[in-house]
Amino acid sequence: MQLDKKVIGHEFEAFSTTVEAGKVKLFCKAIGEEDPIYVDEAAAKKAGYRAVPVPPTFLQAITNDDPGKGGLLRLLNVDIGLILHGEQHYDYYAPVYVGDRITCQQKVTDMYDKKGGALWFVVSETSMKDQSGKLVAKGTGITVVRNPDAAKK
Amino acid sequence: MVAAPPRAPIFDQVKVGDPIKPIVLPPISRHQLALYCGGSGDHNPIHVDIDFAKKFGFKDVFAHGMLSMGFLGRLVTSYAPRDRIRRLGTRFTAITWPGDVITLSGKVTGKREENGEKLIDLEVKCTNQNGQDTLQGHATVAAN
Repeated sequence: MQLDKKVIGHEFEAFSTTVEAGKVKLFCKAIGEEDPIYVDEAAAKKAGYRAVPVPPTFLQAITNDDPGKGGLLRLLNVDIGLILHGEQHYDYYAPVYVGDRITCQQKVTDMYDKKGGALWFVVSETSMKDQSGKLVAKGTGITVVRNPDAAKK
Repeated sequence: MVAAPPRAPIFDQVKVGDPIKPIVLPPISRHQLALYCGGSGDHNPIHVDIDFAKKFGFKDVFAHGMLSMGFLGRLVTSYAPRDRIRRLGTRFTAITWPGDVITLSGKVTGKREENGEKLIDLEVKCTNQNGQDTLQGHATVAAN
């Protein structure tokens, strides 16, 4: 299989999702986060937040609420077992809170290969806006794909 | 026992090279990977289903890279309050396996002012019990 650079610039369908308290609680349990500001509104307000904020990398759980999840895999026509996460970066412009309605828009910004085509690197950017239309965060991810042909060898 | 929430670092008191207090985590468990599968919405079976992982050439299930990035988030928010985090990014440099003991560490790499904010740049990383970095990250926080 060859890397198809035509997908650079592809924009996925935007979607909106509401940040749920229970999801944040489970996320905190999974990463071992015990700060009460993420689960207790009184603790959050005491610390100066308008509501319960989400941990910095909870943004991933928001983007994973995409009803069209797996769009990148379908675009590249590769199986989920062949991908690895190469890099992830977040820029934070404002905290995201439980109850916020976040709209995510992802697009492919770059692609390149390494090791003679054995590994593909797909760069995508996701903008995240809150219910007022304010840009609250930007995510930049690099997905590494093991070329199915090379992976078989 | 939950640690007291951090106060924002004071710009003039921070020096390049200052360490962030390290955090040593309990060994990564399969249970934790299952919790992260549900909590993050990353349902890739390669992290929770050993049969699936073996089919794709791995000896075992392995941790989500983003679980470890969540640990880096914990480290950074132990240094500065959540609303002071401006950037957090990482490269995933090695696979984390069940049973691995991860240590979170970091240090101040720079100080600068941008758009009227006093910013502190940090290097943050996850290192396994063999001394291998599994995540090599960076963060920027706003100081007082």
